[in-house]
Amino acid sequence: MYDVELNHITKTYENGAVQAVKDVSFGVKKGELFGLIGPDGAGKTSIFRMLTTLLIPDSGTASVNGFDVVEDFREIRKRVGYMPGKFSLYQDLTVEENLEFFATVFNTSIEENYDLIKDIYVQIEPFKKRRAGKLSGGMKQKLALSCALIHRPTVLFLDEPTTGVDAVSRKEFWEMLRRLKEQGITILVSTPYMDEAALCERIALIQNGSILSINTPQEIINSYPKPLYAIKAHKMSALLHALRDSNLVDSAFSFGEWHHITLQDSVTAEQLKVSLQAEFPTVQMEAIEPGIEDCFIQQSLAQHEVEL
Amino acid sequence: MAIVRIAPAVNGYFAAGILPAKEVAMSNYVIEAENLTKRFGDFTAVNEISFHVEKGEIFGFLGANGAGKTTAMRMLCGLSIPSSGKATIAGFDVYKQTESIKQNIGYMSQKFSLYEDLTVLENITFFGGIYGLSRKEIAVKADQLLHELGLFDHENTLVGSLPLGWKQKLAFSVAIFHEPSIVFLDEPTGGVDPVTRRQFWDLIYKASDAGITVFVTTHYMDEAEYCNRISMMVDGEIKALDTPENLKKQFNARSMDDVFFELARGAKRSGD
Repeated sequence: MYDVELNHITKTYENGAVQAVKDVSFGVKKGELFGLIGPDGAGKTSIFRMLTTLLIPDSGTASVNGFDVVEDFREIRKRVGYMPGKFSLYQDLTVEENLEFFATVFNTSIEENYDLIKDIYVQIEPFKKRRAGKLSGGMKQKLALSCALIHRPTVLFLDEPTTGVDAVSRKEFWEMLRRLKEQGITILVSTPYMDEAALCERIALIQNGSILSINTPQEIINSYPKPLYAIKAHKMSALLHALRDSNLVDSAFSFGEWHHITLQDSVTAEQLKVSLQAEFPTVQMEAIEPGIEDCFIQQSLAQHEVEL
Repeated sequence: MAIVRIAPAVNGYFAAGILPAKEVAMSNYVIEAENLTKRFGDFTAVNEISFHVEKGEIFGFLGANGAGKTTAMRMLCGLSIPSSGKATIAGFDVYKQTESIKQNIGYMSQKFSLYEDLTVLENITFFGGIYGLSRKEIAVKADQLLHELGLFDHENTLVGSLPLGWKQKLAFSVAIFHEPSIVFLDEPTGGVDPVTRRQFWDLIYKASDAGITVFVTTHYMDEAEYCNRISMMVDGEIKALDTPENLKKQFNARSMDDVFFELARGAKRSGD
């Protein structure tokens, strides 16, 4: 039994001209930390809005806590917490006033559920008289999470909670999510940061409104179809061109300090190295385990080929 | 006394600027900063930072929210006069030659770069005109650019209706349309898919190969690894500056993310 379930959900805009979500199905188990991983325009926000009953699907069905997102929207609204991608608290109210407002709207009080938000709220409590609009990015994010939790939701929807936040705050935020998960809250989180995928129990890779794959991060990595190599030399830009022109190479993408490549079938790493030695005497090459980003690239290109 | 100087040429185009005769014999550095400082009242936003950036280098300028990156970048772009210290950008002084600086740099940020209500071609023409290119130059180069980006069928499309990845590539191309010595990229590639992000970096590599210095800030630590060298700002100061490889060695870290965490977790300031 899934706590959040989508069956063949489709959503279009502008009279069908824009297909935001195309026949998407997946389920999130109770107490699971599930990640929707994909770039802007993948359909993540549309999915969140349908699950939080703010948008009606064109077709397909979806449920949260067993309630239908169209028929039982009132029940769902009582039960879920939603942190939208865009900061949506009242900028002119103070930290404390915002929290009190959301508690009151849900017929509860800060005191009643303080234990749930304590770890997060104590970090912003010294600024409780400050207006929300005057908070830093990291503090806004903590306040928004506190407000989304104050009525003790059963399911938490977090739409790109870490976008635009620096690496330290991102790390802290994921630690908070792990602690919330221990309280039994089901968490659906979206992110464009591929490295955050590893912190979820299961993930769905999504692009252009379609799911590329759903699995645990490790299983997605294990299913990468070919040996992957990292390669570098002194002239990285020239090396990338040489790799793309080489008929020994299947794919070549820049990955920061290294390029990641796969080889044509039956070509060995040694063969490629020898072929590059003359132009790039400092070339280094090693076999590596793929990351989620490698998998995303591979799967999105494979899907692209199917569509062509 | 001032003479007309020919700025570094890229692809055969020249940008003319004015600078004092004594500085004509310039070094290979396109950005030179020495003890550059900016104070706002009692608050020292940028505290005596010193660094050099070479011609054609891809230089990563990183730091936590509130570390002072934006303030530093505004000084380097000639938009904010320093409180003390020295800096030259493409040979121009950040106190006295801010207008020459502006003519010799390009700027792109994710927040604002192009006019959404103008078409692709109108944006190119507008920015080309702002940077003083002639109509003829603009026409020739616009043609070339549209071909390179595969946007030829979309020259009359409103920029607002383009996919984000196309917008970013166009914004970058427009920022270097006048062939500046330096292009400043302020959080350029957030939100796009991994393949599009790499196409964007292909453009950056190409600009760097053509001798344009690329000065980039980003929150993506994996992206920082594309840079030739990286500086890390914490609480207004540069706490580390080296190649990604050396920084990882120095901090015994597996990724730049770990290096950043090591340096920034001690930060006292936080903000946007």
